[in-house]
Amino acid sequence: MEVKATMAGSVWKITVEQGQTIEEGQDVVILESMKMEIPITAEQSGVVKALKVNEGAFVNEGDVIAIIE
Amino acid sequence: MTHKNIYDEKVATIKSGGQEKYHRKNGEKGKLFVRKRLKRLLDEDLNIEDAFFANCMDGALPSDGVVTGIGKINGQSVCIMANDSTVKAGSWGKRTVEKIIRIQETALSLEIPMIYLVDSAGARITDQVEMFPGRRGAGRIFHNQIKLSGRVPQVCLLFGPSAAGGAYIPAFCDIVVMVDGNASMYLGSPRMAEKVIGEQVSLEEMGGANMHCSVSGVGDVLAKSEQEAIAYTQTYLSYFPANFRQKPNIEEAKATKQLKTTISDLIPENQNAAFNMYDLIDQIIDEDSFCEIKKKFAPELITGLARIDGRSIGIIANQPRMKGGVLFPDSADKAAKFMQLCDAFNIPLLFLVDVPGFMIGTKVERAGIIRHGAKMLATMSEATVPKISVIVRKAYGAGLYAMAGPAFEPDCCLALPTAQIAVMGPEAAVNAVYANKIQELPEDERPAFIKEKQAEYKENIDIYRLASEMVIDAIIDPEKLREELKTRFSIYESKNVTFTERKHGVYPV
Repeated sequence: MEVKATMAGSVWKITVEQGQTIEEGQDVVILESMKMEIPITAEQSGVVKALKVNEGAFVNEGDVIAIIE
Repeated sequence: MTHKNIYDEKVATIKSGGQEKYHRKNGEKGKLFVRKRLKRLLDEDLNIEDAFFANCMDGALPSDGVVTGIGKINGQSVCIMANDSTVKAGSWGKRTVEKIIRIQETALSLEIPMIYLVDSAGARITDQVEMFPGRRGAGRIFHNQIKLSGRVPQVCLLFGPSAAGGAYIPAFCDIVVMVDGNASMYLGSPRMAEKVIGEQVSLEEMGGANMHCSVSGVGDVLAKSEQEAIAYTQTYLSYFPANFRQKPNIEEAKATKQLKTTISDLIPENQNAAFNMYDLIDQIIDEDSFCEIKKKFAPELITGLARIDGRSIGIIANQPRMKGGVLFPDSADKAAKFMQLCDAFNIPLLFLVDVPGFMIGTKVERAGIIRHGAKMLATMSEATVPKISVIVRKAYGAGLYAMAGPAFEPDCCLALPTAQIAVMGPEAAVNAVYANKIQELPEDERPAFIKEKQAEYKENIDIYRLASEMVIDAIIDPEKLREELKTRFSIYESKNVTFTERKHGVYPV
């Protein structure tokens, strides 16, 4: 499953690591946009297969941030 | 056969609906027979049914594919229109349309809610001249809906398709509850889309329940099953009076949910960090009284009915956990429709404010965010029910206005000690005012300068200063917020104002 950015902003913090097992609802990254911290959560539990962004990168709404399997 | 025998036989045949194979097909999809749906939805069953014998000379069209009548929900009489999809897929013939029009006229004259149980393929093309274009053709159904809108609650339970023109029945209802997997709405079917515009798309993508409840916003509530949709409708109606002249019933008061945390625990020190607004809502409403509307659509703004001390209220709350609680075109539309709903039926409004403002950038400008934001402001402004705004944390820019800021005549604007009201946040403001100055400074001096200016700015917008200037009416101890709201909502109950006199405003739509 793809975790996507819900709005445009920059990646402030990545809160998971590749290979990590995560729960549904857990924060995957925290974006910064409109001066706000925007947590992006996993919609289902699984293992982080890939992280598609680095901290500091700019993402657009809908960009894939991570892949969970 | 005696007259009685003939009568009994006819009644039994009509009551059983269409052919057995259609009952079976519906059953496989988890769809109940229309009369079963009504038994579950209503306190007992229909108390009155009219035009039961409609089209009875044609043996294949029992009741002409629609059941209309009056029954009770929560003890309140409601008018019912319910398609029978075992009869020609619930399609509309001349008498079907006339039956729907008549029950709407009844709802209008009795001033009681109108409930639509929709499961219909749309017009019977073979009958089009009789049922489509005329004075009492299908257009009149929508005309009546528009006339009923705001006079009595109108609810649509969508159990199956609602195609083409028929899709306007849900569109004009106050709320649309859709059953996942079975309900759909579209103007043109996927087959038609492929033929006419060359688009290849599935029914789910085109007009499925999930799509409408999360993307288009035409649906309001996504139900897993028919039973869930029915239960939601019963709960939803309990917050409403029968019509716009009355006030909602006051139910028995309940305490809040048992919680381990306090409001002060919930709200982070850092204005920019997220917290879950649902947790704050739990702290102030009667236990289990939250009836959310449009949960999956524009989740950065929460809208729902609830009770405080047994009284119905409508809550509009920013959700910092989703998109930072920033307002978007969709969230503005969601808020506008919800405020219209509450104001129409005398349900007071509570605004829980933690908003960084409206979204900026080309994407939202091109989507007309100014136009959509204006809609939200206009509806909020016009609402004459009691309105309380609570500034929980930040209220920046037009976000303050849209969430019933002081200029928009809320009955009061309260603030928690964590409140911060400003044109923009300290970071953005210092950047805007001192951009040139910051550029001129050597790089190593910049952070200290910015920090100093931000501190000055924060002092300037200090909430006690705003209370001293009487911008806000009171600063409230967070742990006493529920008590404060209880008292104020009960006192404001006698509010009686007219917004202004005219035919109607001319705002963006």
